[in-house]
Amino acid sequence: MSAVHAGTEAERAYTSDEMMSIAAARALRDDQRCFVGIGLPSTAANLARRSHAPNLVLIYESGTLGSKPGRLPASIGDGILAETADAVISVPEVFNYWLQPGRIDVGFLGAAQLDRFGNINTTVIGDYAQPKVRLPGAGGAPEIAASCREVFVVVRQSRRSFVDRVDFVTSFGHGRGRGDRERLGLRGAGPTLVITDLGVFRPDPETAELVLTRLHPGVEVEQVREATGWELVTSPDLSRTAEPTPEELAALRALKAASE
Amino acid sequence: MAEIVSLAEGVRRLVHDGDTVALEGFTHLIPHAAGQEIIRQRRRELTLVRMTPDIVYDQLIGAGCARKLVFSWGGNPGVGSLHRFRDAVQHGWPAPLEIEEHSHAGMANRYVAGASGLPFAVLRGYSGTDLPEHTATIKQITCPFTGERLAAVPALNPDVGIIHAQRADRAGNVQIWGLVGVQKEAVLAARRSLVTVEEVVDELEPVPGGVVLPSWAVTCVAEVPGGAHPSYAQGYYDRDNDYYEYWDSIGRNRDSFEAWLREKVFGVEEVAT
Repeated sequence: MSAVHAGTEAERAYTSDEMMSIAAARALRDDQRCFVGIGLPSTAANLARRSHAPNLVLIYESGTLGSKPGRLPASIGDGILAETADAVISVPEVFNYWLQPGRIDVGFLGAAQLDRFGNINTTVIGDYAQPKVRLPGAGGAPEIAASCREVFVVVRQSRRSFVDRVDFVTSFGHGRGRGDRERLGLRGAGPTLVITDLGVFRPDPETAELVLTRLHPGVEVEQVREATGWELVTSPDLSRTAEPTPEELAALRALKAASE
Repeated sequence: MAEIVSLAEGVRRLVHDGDTVALEGFTHLIPHAAGQEIIRQRRRELTLVRMTPDIVYDQLIGAGCARKLVFSWGGNPGVGSLHRFRDAVQHGWPAPLEIEEHSHAGMANRYVAGASGLPFAVLRGYSGTDLPEHTATIKQITCPFTGERLAAVPALNPDVGIIHAQRADRAGNVQIWGLVGVQKEAVLAARRSLVTVEEVVDELEPVPGGVVLPSWAVTCVAEVPGGAHPSYAQGYYDRDNDYYEYWDSIGRNRDSFEAWLREKVFGVEEVAT
């Protein structure tokens, strides 16, 4: 649980985690098809479906198309995902028939480590053979990152999670710069949006480096710089995220309360 | 035709030291009771195959049954880390664990190739990732028709495939519904198979979306009510989310894990008759 912002933000009636989930939910549009990772992405995608995007199609790698859970699933294969789905399919089918041909608009992923070009690490911290920390590994993410039309990443930002170069590329973002995806023959656009608890990043159109484009309410650029493991570049059009509306907060809290 | 046996008999007959064993079930219908029976019978040097190792393999790895793990995601779903798996990879306890690491798409396709009697599967996968550098079973292949570069992964053909299903009839036909994961593929890819079921019934009532594995495609069936716990069996019981939290406290330390093994696995008589 993250703390409510300190200082001038003390009177804010929401946490930085809530701002992150709401900002991430707003990025999804109605009628999109979204491949949902568990954890923060699932919170955001379900919030979107329960607020401004009721026709958002949620796809989970356990083999559910069009899940409509009334609470947050406890795991990627929570029974409620199957019970509320338009179709329940096998795991080979979800990857081969639905993800691989490019039928899915947005892949929504989390990350243990994310680098300046949007590459994602969920495999190891440190050396692969002698890891400092062994993380769970790839799951569905490498192919989600490759084959969805675009990828959104939601991650809590710190120097540990936001690094110049990931220790291991589990899921390919923009490699070391613009053009790397095309050279590999990847069909999707890769990460087009990164939402953190401090702000929002987009890849620079020319270099593909992640650039700060929006600050959440009460956050200053200096704070973001301190939580970024490379020399932060801010967009000339840097803007502010709109405050969460009472409706958004109520929907998020209702979803969380229903899950406990 | 599948033979209906006790769980202990099924494991004794089908799982041998040094075997490659796949226990499948994607969050739903995880064959936990079968996993614990393998521990109880002290099988060693197993190559364990599974997309999501989770608690069932944390237990087998911690108990020293495994020499190698073939997998694509090794966490405690919704909770965090698998501490026994991490201890084995990071510190070689209780024994060094060789790993062969894939993505879900790669693993699913490896089972499909195995079930299809093909030597390998082809997919758009792994491009740009560091996985091919560390996993010898990921190669590149050129499409002979279009020239496109694609990933190739070898078929998985485990010695034994083990799954849990809702029910079987007395002839050994098996019925599964809800999230079916890669269970059908795991059974068809394996040389021998063991299916634990919630109940054996006189007749299988059709269920929407149900998958039937004919008796002649399965080696042994064992009736093990609750055999998926703490995972769930749609139509029978829900996932025990508290147990996944509880496992975090058990698996976290070697002492608490070994106490758990003594009490809950070795201290229990062989399950079933």
